[in-house]
Amino acid sequence: MAALDLAGAVSYAAFFLVFATVFAVAVLGLNLQWGFTGLFNVGVAGFVAVGAYTSALLTTPPIAERLGGFGWPVALGWLAAMLTSGVAGTLVGLLTLRLRDDYLAIVTFGVAVLIQLVALNAQRLTGGPFGVQFIPKPMQAWLGTGTPWTLAYLALAVAVLVLAYLALERLVASPWGRVLRAVREDEAAAASLGKSPFTVKLQAFTLGSMLMGLAGAMQAHFVGYIAPEDFQPILTFQLWAMLIVGGSGNNRGAILGAFVVWGFWAAAGSLLRGFIPQAEQARGAALQVALIGVLIATMLVLRPRGVLGERVAVSRHAASGD
Amino acid sequence: MLQWIADGLVIGSIVSLGAIGLTLTFAILRFSNFGHGELLAWGSYLAFSALAVFAALGLTDPAAPHAPVAPFSFGWPLVAALLIAAALTALLALAIDALLFRRLRLQGSITLVIASFGAALAVRNGLLFTYGGIPRYYSQELQIAVPLVPRSVWGGLRITPDQLFVLGLTAVTVVALHWFLTKSTLGRSMRATADNRELARVAGIDPEAMHRAAWILGAVLAAMAGVFAGLTVQLRPTLGLDLLLPLFAAVILGGIGSVWGAVVGGLVVGLAESLAVAWIGAEWRAAAAFVVLTAMLLVRPRGLFGERA
Repeated sequence: MAALDLAGAVSYAAFFLVFATVFAVAVLGLNLQWGFTGLFNVGVAGFVAVGAYTSALLTTPPIAERLGGFGWPVALGWLAAMLTSGVAGTLVGLLTLRLRDDYLAIVTFGVAVLIQLVALNAQRLTGGPFGVQFIPKPMQAWLGTGTPWTLAYLALAVAVLVLAYLALERLVASPWGRVLRAVREDEAAAASLGKSPFTVKLQAFTLGSMLMGLAGAMQAHFVGYIAPEDFQPILTFQLWAMLIVGGSGNNRGAILGAFVVWGFWAAAGSLLRGFIPQAEQARGAALQVALIGVLIATMLVLRPRGVLGERVAVSRHAASGD
Repeated sequence: MLQWIADGLVIGSIVSLGAIGLTLTFAILRFSNFGHGELLAWGSYLAFSALAVFAALGLTDPAAPHAPVAPFSFGWPLVAALLIAAALTALLALAIDALLFRRLRLQGSITLVIASFGAALAVRNGLLFTYGGIPRYYSQELQIAVPLVPRSVWGGLRITPDQLFVLGLTAVTVVALHWFLTKSTLGRSMRATADNRELARVAGIDPEAMHRAAWILGAVLAAMAGVFAGLTVQLRPTLGLDLLLPLFAAVILGGIGSVWGAVVGGLVVGLAESLAVAWIGAEWRAAAAFVVLTAMLLVRPRGLFGERA
């Protein structure tokens, strides 16, 4: 009996951790866009969807009445996902980065709505409301289904997360990263020094979008099935909550936020399921979402820098008075 | 052809009223409020609850709880409910401002925007939790569309009396608003603050009072729009989210801070949606607002009547 419970607990924990890790990859992308560059992307779910559908459509076996299905290997699918979501990011950036900040918010919101609309209605392209099924799970041939496979996928996801984290830390500490922060703090000053704010912002936005697309692909190949309802605005809000709670401008904070908020979400979910009768489950789910909204608002008022705020970089020369 | 124009104008009226409030908060409070759509949704549901309270208190006749005045599907109960909903929605807006936005005002507009969609999320799901997800209606009265123009003339025009009421009352409201904003002191103070906040302050206009006025006016108009939406279509918790993109498109099309711009923008967005439904299909109607928005940003980002970009 105890062994059965332990196996169940391990399986649940592994499942939970895979989701948290995948979200963390997306939040790292969001952190690059918002935390380091100050770009407010309200359409995150759209870029995640682009990556997920790209990888799914390229790697699944062919189906009649729907395009795609080329049966590509999973790794290529993931790379393609990053490519298409990066292109989407570049297009959106070109349209809006020269305009005022909140226009970017509105347009990215519109883009996510449009992407969801396409996913839902362009049945020949995306499978419509039925989504894409039988998405190949990597390593399934060796490990089969079940907890060993989940753990192996967790290891893969964590490896990707660590790689992304190290790459981003490197990038942010590099001269390019310093230009990024300069542009965020004072665009006119950065421009007067000969840096091109627009180019740097576009690059950051594109890179961030690529990470979001990668997260989408990672999720698609874990679950094996995607549908338009997986990419609704609630996903955007969850990712934003993770960034705000963890600490924007700090990559470790971004990862921490992902695990903390996902834990909060799962805990709130099971608590509500315990207390609310079966017939009212849908309304209980609404309460769960409302709590995320309250969480975002509360964090902003009480601790805007998040749990791990940004590490403030001060020049060596500042104290010595050169 | 006339039909889609008429349908578009009805949708456009609802979007216009919401967009006026949004453009005012944009200009006076200086951030894009992603929660504005929720004021419409709450307005519509508060009126619904007010009607239920009337019935519970025995104020309406159980046999004819809506006391419809022919040819409309409603009577004094809905009008009274609208007034109550407007007041309560204004209170809701002021409460959210006091609890959340006012504390964040110094942190910059982006923080306010993030806070606004946290608030929107909480408020929208509060609605879903309270009223459930099933669409509701103010009354079960059936409305038959009246043929105003025969089919031989440009495809004809059929419209329900309720829709005509919405069109008429919106027009009256816009005219009254124009009078208010140009002739009354409060209206002119609001416009002054929207145009140049610092200069208005120098002239002795209290910014906090203008904030409150913007919230109240925006909320009242939003409640009206919400009730109109509930009257002509249905009551659903996702109304706010569904209207968010059209509202922003209307505001940007008209130019931030311009009330007439919001009216024109709202009507254009309504017509665009109606056209999309007629030409492409109902499932793509949400894309219409996005197309209008994108086209405007590419061609003239400051909108038709707006100031700098």
